[in-house]
Amino acid sequence: MSETLTLGKALNLGLRRAMEDDSKVILMGEDIGKLGGVFRITDGLQKDFGDERVIDTPLAESGIVGTAVGLALRGYRPVIEIQFDGFVYPAYDQIVCQVAKMHYRSRGKVKLPIVIRIPFGGGIGAVEHHSESPEAYFAHTAGLKVVACSNPSDAYWMIQQAIASDDPIVFFEPKRRYWEKGEVDTSGSLESAFPLHSSKVLTSGTDATVLAYGPMVRVALDAATAAAEDGRKLEVIDLRTLSPLDMGAVFDSVRKTGRAIVVHEAPHNLGMGAELAARITEECFYSLEAPVLRVAGYDIPYPAARAEEEYLPDLDRVLDAVDRSFGW
Amino acid sequence: MTRASSKRAAAAQAAEPDFVQLLTPDGQRVTHPEYSVDFSDEELRGLYRDLVTVRKLDAEATALQRQGELGIWASLLGQEAAQVGSGRALREQDMAFPTYREHGVLYCRGIDPIMPLGLFRGVDQGGWDPIANKFGIYTIVIGAQTLHATGYAMGVAKDGKVGGDEGESVIAYFGDGATSQGDVNEAFIFASVYNAPIVFFCQNNQYAISEPLTRQTRVPLYQRASGFGFPGIRVDGNDVLATFAVTRAALDNARHGNGPTLIEAYTYRMGAHTTSDDPTRYRVASEVEEWQAKDPILRLRKYLESTGLIDEAFVTEVDAYAREEAVKLRERVLTLPDPEPGEMFKHVYPNGSPEVDQQAAEFAAYHASFEGAHS
Repeated sequence: MSETLTLGKALNLGLRRAMEDDSKVILMGEDIGKLGGVFRITDGLQKDFGDERVIDTPLAESGIVGTAVGLALRGYRPVIEIQFDGFVYPAYDQIVCQVAKMHYRSRGKVKLPIVIRIPFGGGIGAVEHHSESPEAYFAHTAGLKVVACSNPSDAYWMIQQAIASDDPIVFFEPKRRYWEKGEVDTSGSLESAFPLHSSKVLTSGTDATVLAYGPMVRVALDAATAAAEDGRKLEVIDLRTLSPLDMGAVFDSVRKTGRAIVVHEAPHNLGMGAELAARITEECFYSLEAPVLRVAGYDIPYPAARAEEEYLPDLDRVLDAVDRSFGW
Repeated sequence: MTRASSKRAAAAQAAEPDFVQLLTPDGQRVTHPEYSVDFSDEELRGLYRDLVTVRKLDAEATALQRQGELGIWASLLGQEAAQVGSGRALREQDMAFPTYREHGVLYCRGIDPIMPLGLFRGVDQGGWDPIANKFGIYTIVIGAQTLHATGYAMGVAKDGKVGGDEGESVIAYFGDGATSQGDVNEAFIFASVYNAPIVFFCQNNQYAISEPLTRQTRVPLYQRASGFGFPGIRVDGNDVLATFAVTRAALDNARHGNGPTLIEAYTYRMGAHTTSDDPTRYRVASEVEEWQAKDPILRLRKYLESTGLIDEAFVTEVDAYAREEAVKLRERVLTLPDPEPGEMFKHVYPNGSPEVDQQAAEFAAYHASFEGAHS
């Protein structure tokens, strides 16, 4: 059954279905109960599943993640909502030292099937700490898997796949896309859904490859449409999984196009783009017509909201990078 | 008595805190209006054997470190009663979350004492099954495990396993230094607002490596509990009977659905923080001597001897038993194999990772590329 849903509603339905499928799935976070979360992603779930399964927690992020570890040890599958990207740092120790490592330290005896949902990125005119892109911190940490959804259909399926996985997963949600609509086919099973840790080619092209994830996928697609008017065919790939990276489709694409441009909101230095550029260079060196280029946030703290439009990668900056690639 | 020594005595007396005590340092049984124990003679002898054995195993581990067989060791010397008293107070269904010093509790849980030595020798990172053994893996990050314990206890309550004698309780171990950590304070809050079946067991051994208690608190630690909305109590942590009584009561209270308790076990770290530490740089010998007089094993021995429950032959037999256990431990530590290098790539993720698999294959190929390498 296909329906038109916003990305936020698709996540809500995905969470609902995961809770229906497995009584051990519990949601934890600040204001996720009666309020339904500040973005309403958990709207109505406490009413239907009760406050033992949709838990309004004390306002303490390390406490949320740390108690989720204990609940997971007890056999639960906690799904945590971190209210905003910039609020995840108090929980950083628990995520990096405990969630990521307990399976390894216990030589596989302990599994922590925890999902940490983080609305990330800018573009909503927010005050500081509400617009950050901290994905590289987590992708750098062994023991965590990291994914980012970009559209309603992926949001619906990926959240369920993440919850069903025994791996600890940091799940990034593009907050400025929460209200964008798309078709979601809710029939079918998790097993038949597109695999979680796989990148996906969204538009086929022969001239340059554009890699994006989360909120920047929309920008990359718009760039492909605009470039087509200039006679350039861009191949846009939605990475979807940031750890592990799924490079198969990326390498195939770059070997075909000879050019790669990575787009992300997170700062340039040591961002996902650096790793992608390195891997593409290692694997596709003789196919490259130009260096891998990055279109990213600048290496500054996230700026004040009235300046964010200039900070965030947009259509023109992506097209400029495409021009630079061709000018090489 | 000289003026100076009488002043010292007065100071020591003033510093003597209010706590639950059932056995004085000189081996006298005393009563407490709220807490008591009803041990059989055999159980009392068993406690003595536990205390002597965990001290001996600990001393052996320290010796093994000095001989280069362990990378480091965190000794429990002086804290045997706090650990055995609380460890024996746990019922079979109870779950414990340790720091990295709870070798005595681990022993009481029936876990092979070799287990932590693998961690400190550097051949693994703590190999026991925490769920099957009802004893979490050692936690090095200070205070982090108090949140895991609290979450686990929240899960116990969700499972409906509270409210009767068969209910499950959880105990979280931590030290005086940990009470300054945000995680411990957050654990207190979560446990309190969800009324989790948990006992927070703080071994106040007076030092966080070199920093004395005055760097962590201006109020007695057990009093912190009242601000979080649950009871706190201080027990003589060198008194195995009182520690058992207070811990058992708190655990039973929790399993019956009455929520958390903070126990401050007032004790002293007789040794160094770890074998890498040098306590002579920050504390005076006279302080250590004062605490030697409050030794947890000596006082139980005095009591058991004075009541005729044990005799010289028993003491000798227990010493021999402990020595034998220590020798066995030593022999096994020396034969602990180093991990196969390729093993380090295993168990990073329950579902594996193509990236880790690729690096493991490259690692194997690299090593195989050397002349004479085993294929």
